[in-house]
Amino acid sequence: MSQARVHPLLIKYARVGAYRQPHCPGCGNGIVAQCMLRAIDELKLNIDKMVFASGIGCSSWIPSPFFNADVLHTTHGRPLAFATGVKLSNPELRVVVFTGDGDSAAIGGNHLIHAARKNIEILTVLINNRIYGMTGGQVAPTTPHGMKTRTTPYGNLEYPFDLCKLVEAAGASYVARWTTFHTKQLVSSMKKGLLKKGFSFIEVMSQCPVQYGAFIGVRDPAELLLTFKDISVSVEKAKTMSPEELEGKIVIGEFVDREREGLTEAYQRLLMEMEP
Amino acid sequence: MNSKTNKIVEPGTYFLMGNEACALGAVVAGCRFFAFYPITPANEIAEYISKLLPKVKGIYIQMEDEISSIASVIGASWTGRKAMTATSGPGFTLMQENIGYAVATETPCVVVDVQRCGPSTGTPPLPMQGDLFQAKYGSHSEYPIIALAPSSVGEMFTLTIEAFNLAETYRTPVILLSDAIVGHLMETVEIPDVSKIKIVERRLPKKGSESTYFLDENVAPMPIFGLGYKTHVTGSTHDERGFRNVEDPVYVDKVVKALHRKIQKHKDQIVKVETKYLNDAEIALLTYGSVARTAAHVVKLARNEGMRVGLVRLITLWPFPDTQVQEIARKVGKIVVMENNLGQVVSKVREFTSKYADVEFLPPRIIGTLHDPDYVMNFIREVYK
Repeated sequence: MSQARVHPLLIKYARVGAYRQPHCPGCGNGIVAQCMLRAIDELKLNIDKMVFASGIGCSSWIPSPFFNADVLHTTHGRPLAFATGVKLSNPELRVVVFTGDGDSAAIGGNHLIHAARKNIEILTVLINNRIYGMTGGQVAPTTPHGMKTRTTPYGNLEYPFDLCKLVEAAGASYVARWTTFHTKQLVSSMKKGLLKKGFSFIEVMSQCPVQYGAFIGVRDPAELLLTFKDISVSVEKAKTMSPEELEGKIVIGEFVDREREGLTEAYQRLLMEMEP
Repeated sequence: MNSKTNKIVEPGTYFLMGNEACALGAVVAGCRFFAFYPITPANEIAEYISKLLPKVKGIYIQMEDEISSIASVIGASWTGRKAMTATSGPGFTLMQENIGYAVATETPCVVVDVQRCGPSTGTPPLPMQGDLFQAKYGSHSEYPIIALAPSSVGEMFTLTIEAFNLAETYRTPVILLSDAIVGHLMETVEIPDVSKIKIVERRLPKKGSESTYFLDENVAPMPIFGLGYKTHVTGSTHDERGFRNVEDPVYVDKVVKALHRKIQKHKDQIVKVETKYLNDAEIALLTYGSVARTAAHVVKLARNEGMRVGLVRLITLWPFPDTQVQEIARKVGKIVVMENNLGQVVSKVREFTSKYADVEFLPPRIIGTLHDPDYVMNFIREVYK
């Protein structure tokens, strides 16, 4: 390791002994990890006053154990529920949740809805690779209709979630979607989310060359990234397009950016009022 | 105990419901985070503590289900707060995965299970002692647990405090296994000067000299979030530093055995068994929780008839008081186990006493009710012959 060229963010923020990435070559998780560390670095945040919670799945290994900070690697689908306890208990801590589409759109969907409804001051980064990667390529609630996966050998009969719409309807303060191609936008979106009052939600469409790529016949990570570029449509442009035109596209940008009191702030206000 | 708590609980005689006494005990023990999902017959704990907590800068939150309730409790515990949740059978079942997580990550917390009749939805307001094994084996794999069984409103207060003390001492979830009778019972309780009650506080690692936070059979110090410890907490198999290793079975062996030893090694400090009239007893009624109330009454009735009957009340259910129960079996020769179920603790009693004593099992005539004293007396007269 000492002989190799090491990324400056790695030296600054990686846990000693956890340099080796657990993700498959070409995975989008490394890009998301770097974007987060860059956002933290650019904002000059004290990482000792941050807590990173994650669930189970590939994306949950972004901070665990890689980030040299307090990391709570929890059970499948539940990181938002754990993080709610952390944030309410110590409002000074900046809490970030890394989760995946299996983690927080399927098994933990209810926690996502309620964290957004409570508008608790947590930044959630949901990495959506549209498949269960870690377990071997089973269908997810985000898998496109008709797609073949390990458990939809005849094609997916269901339709995928629009998670940003879901979180927006539930009441979040900030909602955005980017892809792993749009790293500049992702970093600035993360910076916004890190400073936001209330619940922030960023969905990152990410490539999984090993599982998802195998099923669509594209295993080259670069090609998958370029596809993201080609099929992405800005939220502004999407407003002028018909549903048919939007078929197969990824709408990117900020969907919600509003000022609303978060739960922790409201609770602190209650505690102040209760003081004799 | 700080002065603010004293203001909330002045010493004196109170007329309280068991669930209220539990809430009061929690706040006295230092509980400053409580998460809950509504369920009968545990609701009064939440109703009472939701009023108390904001007065002492504590957090009360109602979560979307029992899974998230225990999850947020664990999260709160890692910020240094003493934390608790309460539930009943179905909710306790939902909590099991995260209780296992709390065991694996050595997170102190208290889970109150006000047991009700099952299986499934069952009969919510009626009592049953059906969750003894769920408390020990409800989460998957192999792990130790501490579970206590209160028999009175007073013990809903004192054992809740004890549960917090044990949780903090041994860095483990502690289950308070109450039931619908003790939870909903109202009786007078003497609340002492709470500043004189023993309260255990968490031991933080000394920075620089203590850098491993897990898997010490003598209980590792526990870092808390936000103080620069850079703690890695995971439910995956890990080493003493918290680093995940999910490849080498040696680590599985280490985790499972270290967690087990941490409790086993301190069993004698943890386990509490109450005995009465045992010195000359020929039969011991062995029981716990709400059923112990009837058993205590029956012992008096039997003594009035000249039968030498004694009482054994298990206050600690897990770790199972094996040596204590065995010693009693050697003395009395005959044990009648009373439980409000089809026989749960009796199997553990038999495991450790069958060489030394005859063990009979006596459920109530109708499961979901307290034992009828006359019914128990008739049984004892038969056994006593």
